[in-house]
Amino acid sequence: MTDLFPPALIFFIGALLLLVLPRIARNGLILLVPALGFFLIASLAPGEGWHYQLFGFDLTLMRVDKLSKVFGYVFTINAFCAFLFAQHLKTVNEHFASLIYIGASLGAVFAGDLISLYLFWEVMAITSTFLILARRTQKSGRAAFRYVMMHLFGGLLLLAGILLYINQTGSVAFDGFVLRDLSTYLILVGFLVNAAAPPFSAWLSDAYPEATVTGGVIMTAYTTKTAVYTLLRGFPGWEILMLVGCVMAVYGIIYAILENDMRRILAYSIINQVGFMVCAAGIGTAMAINGAAAHAFCHIIYKALLWMSAGSVLYMTGRSKCTDLGGLYKTMPWTMVFGIVGALAISSFPGFSGYTSKPMIIEAGVHEGLYWVWLVLEIASAGVFLHAGIKFPYFVFFARDSGLRPGEPPRHMMAAMAIMAFICIFLGVYPQPLYDILPYAVSFQAYTFEHTLNQLQLLMFSALAFFLLLPLLRRTETISLDTDWFYRLGGRAFYQLCDKAFNGLNDWMNRIFVEQLPALLTRFFADPGANLQKYGLRLVAEMIGGERDLSATEAAIERRSHLGTYPVGGGVLLAVLFLSVLSFFFFW
Amino acid sequence: MTQKKEFDWFDHARNIRRLRIAFYGVLVLLVLPDFFIHKHTLFSPVETWPGFYAAFGFIACVAIIIISKLLGYLLKRKEDYYD
Repeated sequence: MTDLFPPALIFFIGALLLLVLPRIARNGLILLVPALGFFLIASLAPGEGWHYQLFGFDLTLMRVDKLSKVFGYVFTINAFCAFLFAQHLKTVNEHFASLIYIGASLGAVFAGDLISLYLFWEVMAITSTFLILARRTQKSGRAAFRYVMMHLFGGLLLLAGILLYINQTGSVAFDGFVLRDLSTYLILVGFLVNAAAPPFSAWLSDAYPEATVTGGVIMTAYTTKTAVYTLLRGFPGWEILMLVGCVMAVYGIIYAILENDMRRILAYSIINQVGFMVCAAGIGTAMAINGAAAHAFCHIIYKALLWMSAGSVLYMTGRSKCTDLGGLYKTMPWTMVFGIVGALAISSFPGFSGYTSKPMIIEAGVHEGLYWVWLVLEIASAGVFLHAGIKFPYFVFFARDSGLRPGEPPRHMMAAMAIMAFICIFLGVYPQPLYDILPYAVSFQAYTFEHTLNQLQLLMFSALAFFLLLPLLRRTETISLDTDWFYRLGGRAFYQLCDKAFNGLNDWMNRIFVEQLPALLTRFFADPGANLQKYGLRLVAEMIGGERDLSATEAAIERRSHLGTYPVGGGVLLAVLFLSVLSFFFFW
Repeated sequence: MTQKKEFDWFDHARNIRRLRIAFYGVLVLLVLPDFFIHKHTLFSPVETWPGFYAAFGFIACVAIIIISKLLGYLLKRKEDYYD
């Protein structure tokens, strides 16, 4: 089975080699690994291989078909460019985490069964967290914690679903799910957590903008698109996904418009774009699956390009808020051009890659007569141009001059952006190579006169709306409440509740068992005989009634007790009483 | 030594005015063919009206911006909200 060597293994081996090689060799290695991975995937013949046994199940590490290969191609192309972009990093840890993260996502895409998928899924969650932690700020540390908790939560849902599913069907195969019950719905929600579907979306916009310059570029591609792949594979035609996708598409736009941080704008636009793909999974026809796969391909490229452009600005200026930026076209013209290419591609502007993929999804909806889907996706298409197509380049590179004169980023970053920009334009002009690798035969023509004209009208009049309503879009130094509010403040409330409840209980117990009770016992056992007598004396005195002065008697008791001078008869009496009690228990 | 003059084409009001005129010209040019070609419909005859997609895009974006603005009053907080 050498012809089915898992691409994930190349990445894992590469990651281990990183640890022993010097820096110059490392820089070569991180480019070599994705390149090797790409050619390996190109050579994979459809089929299954690498069967192994784990937990008593027959598992399949490699399942190759056209759908998994599309994702494999774009994952490795993107990895190559992202590592080219990250050539300046001197340390190993980020590259190490990235290689394993990307390798695991390839493993998930080629996994033929649910258990292998789950294992790779969790490896992705853990390793990607290190790309956020590598920023080494307090903010990023906290965001990373929330990120990994959310993904572990999603992973647990997935695991629970998988276990229930195996229990019910006895099958570990990962194909289109027919069964619709708790098990498959749990798996679906597990996938949707990674696809950043509301209300489980805030991890993305919360964590990605806190990642490092290069980590952000890498993370944008893999987690959400692996989730898109699993939805296309496991849940094609599940109607609920159409609704989820439409909500994501609109939700992403509205938050992106409210946002001030440029990388967070781009993070919200990921949710918006993944919405189109999730919706396509819900439509589930051959054309919709094609559209989603093609759009995932184009999206990964132009989104990484946008993140590289924003990353270059952050790298050169150390700022990422729109209110701090502006007028950068003067000293970063190439970064601006690359950013605009990405912005036009995401807006699906004719001539750029989004235009040859996204309309396929919308047309698939039209073919099924889904009026509402068409309406929402067209509105969302117009909205994309607003927030990612114009807002991002306008406020970063134009608008008010911020006085910053940073200069272009290092050459390797420019080269990475140039390659990505080339792919965006190439696939926009000549999409046939992409159409050839799609899962089903393509019968879609993007460039009809009417369609192109309609799209241009839609986009240019969206631009008109942007510029006419510019005063309403003024940037403010604010953040927007998102669903992370519930676990950020909820977490704090829970902490305080626990603080009050458990620490209160602790205090109370401390008072009783550590302070009061020992003191009481100490006092009693300092002189137990005398204390018992005094207690008996008071009891008798109360029973008889009347006020008496007992202090003289108590003093006598104490004196006797201290000196140990009790009448012999008293001792005998006590001994008799004791023996009679014992014999009572013994004979009874 | 004279410093190389900075590229600041977009900072001049005259250039912005030119851009604006060109932009409006493009908008008109985009709607013009609608009056002459036969358009197909997907769901309703409204789509054949000249400039349907132009109006659609414009109205959709105005609506999105206004809804976002209103939601902004509800959702926006100071940057140190979580600190």
